[in-house]
Amino acid sequence: MALNIERDEHTGTDTTGHEWDGLKELNTPLPKWWLYTWLACILWALVYFVFFPSFPYGKGYIHGLLGASSRNDVMADVKGFAAERNAVMSKVAAASFDDIRKNPELLAAAQTAGRITFANNCQPCHGAGGAGNPGFPALAAGSWLWGGKLEDIQQTITHGIRSGDDAARDSQMPKFGTDGLLKPEEIQQVADYVSTAFFGLALKDAAPASIAAGKDIFAANCASCHGDNGEGNRDVGAPRLASKIHLYGGTRDLIVRQVTSPHMGVMPNWNGRLDTATIKSVAIYVHDLGGGE
Amino acid sequence: MASRGFSHATIERNAFLLIILAILTISIGGLVQIVPLFTIETTVEHVKGVRPYSPLEQAGRDIYVREGCYLCHSQMIRSLRDEVERYGHYSLAAESMYDHPFQWGSKRTGPDLARVGGKYSNDWHYGHLIHPQSLVPESIMPSYRFLAETPLKYDNIAEKLKTLRIVGVPYTDEEVAQAKADLEAQATPGADTDALMKRYPKANLVPGNGHEVTELDALVAYLQVLGTMVDFTDPSAENPQQ
Repeated sequence: MALNIERDEHTGTDTTGHEWDGLKELNTPLPKWWLYTWLACILWALVYFVFFPSFPYGKGYIHGLLGASSRNDVMADVKGFAAERNAVMSKVAAASFDDIRKNPELLAAAQTAGRITFANNCQPCHGAGGAGNPGFPALAAGSWLWGGKLEDIQQTITHGIRSGDDAARDSQMPKFGTDGLLKPEEIQQVADYVSTAFFGLALKDAAPASIAAGKDIFAANCASCHGDNGEGNRDVGAPRLASKIHLYGGTRDLIVRQVTSPHMGVMPNWNGRLDTATIKSVAIYVHDLGGGE
Repeated sequence: MASRGFSHATIERNAFLLIILAILTISIGGLVQIVPLFTIETTVEHVKGVRPYSPLEQAGRDIYVREGCYLCHSQMIRSLRDEVERYGHYSLAAESMYDHPFQWGSKRTGPDLARVGGKYSNDWHYGHLIHPQSLVPESIMPSYRFLAETPLKYDNIAEKLKTLRIVGVPYTDEEVAQAKADLEAQATPGADTDALMKRYPKANLVPGNGHEVTELDALVAYLQVLGTMVDFTDPSAENPQQ
């Protein structure tokens, strides 16, 4: 196959010089604009190679003359944003809750920060508006386990409950059933007593004798934390029993279950994820949900 | 084009020369992409705290993959301000160095999970996986109740760790030997967990149901360790080589 380049008379373009059984191929040049764009891209790649991080070698990589780093960029971005916010949030961090309440600017900032942070971090457990979920306390109800003052709330958010944090709120209810502290029938009796005396349940088959026996068992075993009249104790996070708001539900079965092998909730500590100003903001937001003291 | 000097026709007519030149051309592309990987040991940054998954976490991770969680959840906090503000410190390559394969994902129907560990309590994860809408009413996540009712199959857990060792996860002989015991200890309330916690610091002890280890226990243990291994408050934690 000899090369025989000839000019095609219809297009004025050379052929490639190949011929297959009389078929020839035009050697149409690339459009000029395409060719130059392509060359410019190659040139740009070389420039990019010099200025931006590009090629790895033995013990590192070419950093480029501009020192570009997406990590430095984002940290600078985050810091810049934090500095902007800090104009007011540093005051929130430093001021007492009373002073924040008195200063409309600080209060507005704290309420906004609190609302947004709550929605992202707290709402999954405590529900929108702090309505609560079974096992996750309602915050709007004013039925506090560990205290509903602003400082109490701040402490709880910062260190959590049974979270493993050194300053976490911590307490353990004994496993009266599984550890054999109470006999099964005693647990039934104390459930009868708590149901009728505190939960306001009308039990058809609860014998007065059983309720009376339950009262004595309660006084001996439960009252030290939950109070003689079921008023609870916030020092140890013992729930108020004489209430219509129950963490796990208001049925007699749940009392039996809880006395037998208590379920105790865990709240994470947020000091690793949120800064002081944000935690105080959330405390204010939670306090304002309707249950604050 | 080229009737003088070296001609394309020469290549086209000489099969052997064509093969040689084609191999040379293709190998350039290959070399540029492959050779730098030989130095990967020196280019991957070293980060304090990252450890292989505990046996229970590893089993949970396999369930995460099996159930296709990655189809809706990413595990990659990008270096963008919005993401760092919402999810925490951007993800480091080293944090998924023991993932085979990694679960970075590219779809976020649900939120990113790279740092979900410790954000919620175990109770929340159990409740949420069993019935997501009970806790997050607007959620479109399906229920994974069946995981709570399915006993975890873990007879082969030691073999699993051994297999991972082949691809570079540094499980020790002791960890392989104790795999089954460690797995059970992490999911059994009141078990002796000293050895487990020494081998796998920060492992999350899941409550379990007391009589068998379920797939849900494994999944929660896995979710609770995500993003918690590196302590970013320690300035020396992140120590890239350059």
